[in-house]
Amino acid sequence: MIWTLALELAYWQQTAIKLVVVALVIPTAALILGYVFLMKMMSFMQSRLGPMEAGPYGTLQLLADGVKFLQKEDVFPRRADRYVFALAPVVVLVSTFLLFVVLPVGPDAVVSSLDAGLFFALAVASLSVIGILMAGWGSANKYALMGGMRAAGQLIAYELPLVLAAIGVVIQAGTLDLNKIVLAQATGEIFGWGAIGNPYILTQFVGFAIFLVAVQAELTQPPFDMPVAESEIVGGYQVEYTGFRFLFFFMAEFGTAFAFAGIASVLFLGGWYVPGLDPTSGWFNLIGPFVMFIKIMAVSALIFWFRFTFPRLREDQLQKLAWKVLIPLALLNIVVTGVLKVLV
Amino acid sequence: MTVTEREQRAFIAAAAADARVNVEIETEGMTLNIGPQHPATHGTLRIVARLDGEQVVVAEPIMGYMHRGYEKLAEVRTYPQVTTLINRIDWLGSFANEVPFILAAEQLMEVEAPPRAAWIRTILFELSRLANIALFLGDMGVQLGAITPVFFAFRDREFVLNQIESVTGGRFHPNFDRIGGLKDDLPKGWIEETRGVMVKMRNFCDELEALLMGNEIFEARTRGVGVIPADVALSYGLSGANLRASGVDWDLRRDNPCGLVHDQLDWKVWTHPDGDSFARYWVRLQETREATYMVEQMLDGLPAGPVMAKVPVIIKVPAGEAYVATENPLGVMGYYVVSKGDLGPFRVKIRSASFNNISVTPWVLRGVYVPDVITILASLYFILGDIDR
Repeated sequence: MIWTLALELAYWQQTAIKLVVVALVIPTAALILGYVFLMKMMSFMQSRLGPMEAGPYGTLQLLADGVKFLQKEDVFPRRADRYVFALAPVVVLVSTFLLFVVLPVGPDAVVSSLDAGLFFALAVASLSVIGILMAGWGSANKYALMGGMRAAGQLIAYELPLVLAAIGVVIQAGTLDLNKIVLAQATGEIFGWGAIGNPYILTQFVGFAIFLVAVQAELTQPPFDMPVAESEIVGGYQVEYTGFRFLFFFMAEFGTAFAFAGIASVLFLGGWYVPGLDPTSGWFNLIGPFVMFIKIMAVSALIFWFRFTFPRLREDQLQKLAWKVLIPLALLNIVVTGVLKVLV
Repeated sequence: MTVTEREQRAFIAAAAADARVNVEIETEGMTLNIGPQHPATHGTLRIVARLDGEQVVVAEPIMGYMHRGYEKLAEVRTYPQVTTLINRIDWLGSFANEVPFILAAEQLMEVEAPPRAAWIRTILFELSRLANIALFLGDMGVQLGAITPVFFAFRDREFVLNQIESVTGGRFHPNFDRIGGLKDDLPKGWIEETRGVMVKMRNFCDELEALLMGNEIFEARTRGVGVIPADVALSYGLSGANLRASGVDWDLRRDNPCGLVHDQLDWKVWTHPDGDSFARYWVRLQETREATYMVEQMLDGLPAGPVMAKVPVIIKVPAGEAYVATENPLGVMGYYVVSKGDLGPFRVKIRSASFNNISVTPWVLRGVYVPDVITILASLYFILGDIDR
């Protein structure tokens, strides 16, 4: 008898649980990533301690910061386009929320299992550029406008390598459904040896590297942080935002980092699967979230490591990198993957 | 002359067609105020840039937001009091500011500092260079978006400041140089500690060379950006590492060491032929390392003796004029002191390095992109107190 961990829930109960999970996951993700990487990892890399006062070892610092943001006045610049300005952070945050809809953390533990899940995720990820453009335009500030324009150019340029890098995985797995990609990795074999499945990082390492670089650009983090570049355009599109609207941007940034790290671990690291166990077991609904969390933290560590180490590129160099290096490489990767898929 | 309706219509149609084309290709420029409050100006420099997209058409630095009138204030103070003011010109390398003024006053009084005082003066002079340039080496990273190096810079600069503090009692504003010598001798055990700090500073230089200068992105951002040819550098009166990075082999420490002991040491003047931002960073990094060797040599060869010459308690400087310039961390700093035989100077003209260094910006900022503006400003390395005085 196959033991499955299945609960019978009414549709409204399922929906309610899913809503709560998605609503909670972004603030939680922002808190965890913000504390572990932005505060502690960065501090240790820079030979300082970081926050130590709020809570044990400074763990509650971000909560204190969040409360501080909520207390602040909601300032609108006098010449701002009020509705656009007010709506922009919400648009950015919604794009992050939608990313979590298709992210699977177990065989059934997914908010909405779409056949074209990967397509959906990459599509809604690019929604954030609209919010950033709105913020840049609505702020009535030259620095914000420059930041918005830079963000638009950059995010559109890096959508392409992001999608192309994922296509290699799609070819290999033969599906766009994120859960089936996980299953394909879990049941895959390396030259007939199936003990650890076949995580696609082994075959798609080029795709993984391109994906991470493109994610870095999508998140507007160094070395691709020209849209916010504090030392040049003083925060770019965020420059006029205060209080909870700035908090929205902050949460969206870290929530998106979390979501992209999740997608990267689904595509390349085997998702919620642990080698040696039966991937159809219902227990994965229970341990899957923890496995995913560990993998997400590993990928996030890489993302933030780059962030704290590199200087910033210039926009023209960024575009050159996207169009002259990443996209040809990704296309080559697709060709090689396709040929090998047919041959092997 | 009458214009037929037909001709009129044809003219309007042609103008409209012309306008339709031009609407698509002509964009309006934008004036961007970089500063006075902007993170890249570390102080209150304002740069008004006329932009075409992201490209700078014309850029004009506007100075004077921090003008404190030191030249005028010096006229109503006695000679020993002036050092308190001029400490605050280049606030990162304060001790170096005092040296040329004191040397000028000594020249007027025809007093010479005893050898030990001159050597310790030179040691402190080089230590303030280390403290100053170390911060530049890290800060360049911040301006380019790498946030980590500056923390290393602050960490290691602290050791140098500790050494300066234990001699002079002041971390940032030592006010230690006196006409005729120094206020005090070195404290016990200081020489050995300083040797350790010099090793730390060299490790810091190695670290930054690997972390920042060896980074491909850093090279891509700085190489070929803000090239100042040697003749332009000379015609704008650039000095210090900015001039040497343009390939001009000119260093007052070697060429005119009035009163300091650099001529008795074995060291090298570093130059770089490129004249771009990378060259300016490279030259400063080499100079920092060279300065640590210089300090070690001076610690070895420190002569014994008094640190103060015989000078009257109330200092009256005889009438006359003197100009002394030294190679300060930021470049050539000179004081033109006019005395009428009073307790204080009649007139002091301060030639500070950053004022001349920043004057090249309208020339070098033409046609560059906005991010390069920041790179160039950072690599020229000015300190606002040194520009405005």
